[in-house]
Amino acid sequence: MTEHPEGTHVGTQGGSPPETIGLRNRIRARWKELPSEQRAAVSIGGAVALAILLFFVDHALGYAVLTISAIYWINRLPPLPWRLAAQAVLVLVFLVFGPASFGILLAVAFGVFWVPQRQRIWVLPIVAVAAAVMYPFYQTKMFTIPVFGTWPDVATGVVMLVFVMMAVGLNIVVGYAGLLDLGYVAFYATGAYTAAWFASQQFAGQKCPKPGVSVANCPVAAIPKHNFDFGAVGLVPGVGGIHISVWLLLVLAGVITAFFGIVIGLPTLRLRGDYLAIVTLGFGEILPQIARNGDNLFGTGINLTNGPNGITPLDSMGFGNRLSDATHGFLPSSFLTCCKATRLGHQIQSTDVFFWVAILLLLVTVFCSLRLQYSRLGRAWIAIREDETAAAAMGIPLMRTKTWAYASGAFFGGVAGAYYAVFKSATFPGDFFFNISVFILCMVILGGMGNIWGVIVGASFLAYLDREGLANTGAWINSNVHVGHWHPNLEVPLYASGIYGLIILIVMLFRPEGLIPSRRRAAELHEGVHDEPLYDATHAGAEA
Amino acid sequence: MAADASAPTLATRFKRPSVSTALGLVFVAALVVLLVKEATVSPSQFAQTTLIGLTNGCVYALIALGYTLVYGILELINFAHGDVFMLGGMFTITFGTHFFGLHHGQGAATIPIVFATLLLAMLACGAINATIEFVAYRPLRGAPRLAPLITAIGVSFIIQDVGLAWKGPNYVTAPDVFPHSNVFSIGGVDYQWNHLIVVIITIPVLLTLLWLVQQTRQGKAMRATAQDKDAAAIMGIDVNRTISFTFLIAGALAGAAGTLYSLWATTVRFDQGFQLGLISFTAAVLGGIGNLPGAVLGAITIGLIQSWNEGLPWHMPGSDWTQSIVFSILILILVFRPEGLLGEKTPEGG
Repeated sequence: MTEHPEGTHVGTQGGSPPETIGLRNRIRARWKELPSEQRAAVSIGGAVALAILLFFVDHALGYAVLTISAIYWINRLPPLPWRLAAQAVLVLVFLVFGPASFGILLAVAFGVFWVPQRQRIWVLPIVAVAAAVMYPFYQTKMFTIPVFGTWPDVATGVVMLVFVMMAVGLNIVVGYAGLLDLGYVAFYATGAYTAAWFASQQFAGQKCPKPGVSVANCPVAAIPKHNFDFGAVGLVPGVGGIHISVWLLLVLAGVITAFFGIVIGLPTLRLRGDYLAIVTLGFGEILPQIARNGDNLFGTGINLTNGPNGITPLDSMGFGNRLSDATHGFLPSSFLTCCKATRLGHQIQSTDVFFWVAILLLLVTVFCSLRLQYSRLGRAWIAIREDETAAAAMGIPLMRTKTWAYASGAFFGGVAGAYYAVFKSATFPGDFFFNISVFILCMVILGGMGNIWGVIVGASFLAYLDREGLANTGAWINSNVHVGHWHPNLEVPLYASGIYGLIILIVMLFRPEGLIPSRRRAAELHEGVHDEPLYDATHAGAEA
Repeated sequence: MAADASAPTLATRFKRPSVSTALGLVFVAALVVLLVKEATVSPSQFAQTTLIGLTNGCVYALIALGYTLVYGILELINFAHGDVFMLGGMFTITFGTHFFGLHHGQGAATIPIVFATLLLAMLACGAINATIEFVAYRPLRGAPRLAPLITAIGVSFIIQDVGLAWKGPNYVTAPDVFPHSNVFSIGGVDYQWNHLIVVIITIPVLLTLLWLVQQTRQGKAMRATAQDKDAAAIMGIDVNRTISFTFLIAGALAGAAGTLYSLWATTVRFDQGFQLGLISFTAAVLGGIGNLPGAVLGAITIGLIQSWNEGLPWHMPGSDWTQSIVFSILILILVFRPEGLLGEKTPEGG
């Protein structure tokens, strides 16, 4: 660790001599010494050679390498006459010859980067959100990506958005507050089961229509015993069970999960970082087991979770008949039975509506997360992450602040879990394995701990890989890569968790701050922080 | 592992018991009453499950010692350790069956083959564990404490998939070579040789390890490195080499455990290392992580708890809940007594 004249150990950039230790750094130093023309020649020549090489494997991949190289060099041209002209030429080439959809994508991307820096902060998210909202309309018309295949379909998009929400929630715990949570799946499960309990026939029970006769001796078919309906849509009358409007349930699931997070957090958050990780892992393993064995809880005959069969079906979301009629069917009464309308040449599916609602939920999550980051609480989280003892000395209440981090992270995990359960219309205990916790953690690490944009990128990419990308990539490898007559016959999705492990390992070793780093977090990871004590200061004070 | 800074006085040694201590004692007392009741209801079954628990505990002890050794020296929870244990089982099958032609009913020839397999598996696992340290953990020396922990999870997943690619997604059968005849049979309590062999092999391994850490020069270097790496380096100890050696020993223990477990349970699967690893880690924490006798004590306790839970007929949650019980123990210990049963309450040793 180096000494800094400012007396702070984060936030100071540069000042350290260029490292020439290690092969990687030596190659980098040597590369920087070359004149720029030589570097350009090597780079362009290398790209062309690579493109020719890849052309034999897959034509599209060769073109892709050439295009990426072209975009890189176009962006280094002097802006006004040349860059604009070259960009226009490239876009035109694609509009005329290649996939036109890629030309349009390029045009939009180039356009955004012509917006001045000050306005780009607003323009970029707006364009991204607009592109996401319109996605169901142009998804089928998009070009095929080399290696990865077709663009993800809308159902995959919903899952991606749900996982991004969870990753943003976990980012609050891991990225902002620096508490490693290896049991985030517990929050996901809590949210999902909350939705399943209060929007399904789980607690219907049975009774005989004739008064005073038990179910076993009933001469006619038994009917549901409990029936509670509060704003649910698309129900068959007399179906039984608790049916609360899913909109309310999303909030309720968040609140219950946040409460659960507090209950877990209060006794455990005073533990040191790695012990806390283990304790959360423990909760993450216990909860799914309760879900699995919950059809006959401790031999008492109480059916809480319906065991390994899971709870299915769940009620759908919807706006109800009154709102639907008032808007002439623009807001669907129920998502499952909706959408016969055709707009912009695309017949709207119920999946599309789930997709749009997921975007809405994600926007709310991102907004809350951003507001939290720069709030008093968010700054307290960062202070605790950097130096717990110093933060406590500055008067930050450690337990309360950490518990808030837990509760906030849990809230979003719960909402995402509930929404995913409603989208799938099912909840199974098999969905809540330790792998999922690590998967979500991997999203946060890959994207960049503490940076919400990085987390969004990392989470969308990994969720896409999990749903479609790995299978597509595997199919591409099996059909395109061969040595002579030997074809690999890999089942890439089988090795999903190992691939995530590899991603974690590579990121932690070579770029611990992630793809899009938070500058502050990067400084910490490179310089190290003070070790946390076994107990926090307030606790130790109380014991002594 | 570190020495106490202040001399223990009577007041620090015998503290006023807190509410949590009292509650814990009441809880343990209730469990003991339950066990005594069990023992009187069906004594032979109780004895039988206890013996199985001891055997289980021995395997857990071998794995738990690896966790404890590594934690003691690096303060790192080596998640990959359980998966190295799994690889040990797979090495046993490959070496034993494919190289040496080990199979059921070879008579006395089984003994040298099993020992050769055991040694090879220990060597291979030790080498793998030391390689993991070199590749994945050494570059992160000095990084925040959570960085190598996250890396360890990644490594664990990678090794699981190595096992998956190697032996496939299903259970692989190991040859059933340990004799199943009874060592003794007293009043309906049978103790079979295949259980006893596990104990017989475990005990000398444990004694050798204790001797290594407590009596040899290398062990002294390990203990010094565990206490203070900088000071150890000043005293001329090659810290990196010592850490590599620790990982080698830990890996060899995992390999031994893998061999014994696979020959005893006769099945191996790519994902069993993670679960057993977590159970053994719980054992290490229960005994006081970083404390070698503590790890053995904790492992035997966990083994007994597990087999009582699964084998006893009366008011036990049963095998569906074993995982939850073990993790509840882990959480309770970490929350109320993070220094474990035998650990000392010091900032470093915790």
